[in-house]
Amino acid sequence: MADAVAAVPQQQVKEREPLFSQKNRQVLRDPLSDNNPITIQVLGICSALAVTTQVKPSLVMGIAVVFVVLFSNLIISIIRKIIPNNVRIIVQMTVVASLVVVVDQVLKAYAFDVSRQLSVFVALIITNCIIMGRLEAFAMVNKPWPSVLDAFGNGFGYALVLLVIGFFRELLGSGSVFGLQVIPQGLYDAGYVDNGLMVLAPGAFILMGLLIWAQRKMSGYAEE
Amino acid sequence: MELVNLALKAIFVENILLAFFLGMCSFLAVSKQIKTAIGLGFAVIFVLGITVPLNWVVHEFLLKAGSLSWVSPQMETVDLSFLNYIAFIAVIAAMVQLVEMVIEKTSTALYTSLGIYLPLITVNCAILGGSLFMVERSYNFGESVVFGLSSGVGWALAIVALASIREKIRYSQVPPALRGLGITMLLTGLMSIGFMSFSGIQL
Repeated sequence: MADAVAAVPQQQVKEREPLFSQKNRQVLRDPLSDNNPITIQVLGICSALAVTTQVKPSLVMGIAVVFVVLFSNLIISIIRKIIPNNVRIIVQMTVVASLVVVVDQVLKAYAFDVSRQLSVFVALIITNCIIMGRLEAFAMVNKPWPSVLDAFGNGFGYALVLLVIGFFRELLGSGSVFGLQVIPQGLYDAGYVDNGLMVLAPGAFILMGLLIWAQRKMSGYAEE
Repeated sequence: MELVNLALKAIFVENILLAFFLGMCSFLAVSKQIKTAIGLGFAVIFVLGITVPLNWVVHEFLLKAGSLSWVSPQMETVDLSFLNYIAFIAVIAAMVQLVEMVIEKTSTALYTSLGIYLPLITVNCAILGGSLFMVERSYNFGESVVFGLSSGVGWALAIVALASIREKIRYSQVPPALRGLGITMLLTGLMSIGFMSFSGIQL
């Protein structure tokens, strides 16, 4: 009898992913590469391109998104059973928007320069598809603990891509990393020129395309 | 004249999608066919044209620092602008819901062509972004109407252009890992270079 009771939740879990502990690890690890929110799931591209002209804003943005996705996943997962189904989008929006207001006020208070640089894109975390996507697909149907892991995985997967793009755009576009000059002055004297296109919008699109190509080549994922 | 200039700027020079990356998610997901791209494009023009002026009213008369002085002079010091985001997203969600219901009641033809895209639009960052830019650049009412509509037109232009390119390359031999998202990003990059050539145009 006890076995039968224990087997029931196991069964429900099994439908989504294999064993429990392994499943949790997978929930955490998958979004980092094999199921990366940006390169595979195609979510949250807007901010990934807009804030990555330098490494520093990319890092701040990454942290902000991890924070928001973590707490919104946790909160929605806790109250998932009492949210009426037909107003769930508005409930989710309200939770996310409140968290973003917190992030925005903190940034304005402690990191005003970066907050200026990110301008409207902090507020646009509200409509970041990663957050809505995770709330809809995971937090609404899972317990709080797996939801937190899922949020961690997706948040870091997102931050990782941001950092990679930010690194290349700053290196190629301004010859620096984290604001420190890394291309030696001698090279500039010898005729090296920063690629100004990298700081502009087209550079972001093309670099993103190449990154997706490389990432999918490695993970062996292909559309159609 | 200034409004025409603003419109040209929002459509071509500072295209909300190709220069500010707003609305990328639906841009990538719904650009496989020209027909659906046109449908979503019109829905975005429509919703942006309504929500930006509406949010201007909300911001101007309810949330801005000192904007509540029309209620009573004592409230002149009240500054609710930290509520901007929540108010804007609520207005957008409610507006989209309302527009959907009105269209459903009044015009079946329009509903079948636009209706399915409307729910998608609530979470389109171009819509919220339009309202936020309106606050950041402190437009007045007339400007915000023009800005909302022409940002929508710029967005629709970009998605229809991309959809036609994607229809053309459907039978091209793209390397497997580059298929879909990868090649779309590269195409968007090239399109964005094209739109950059508009910069500096002024009337």
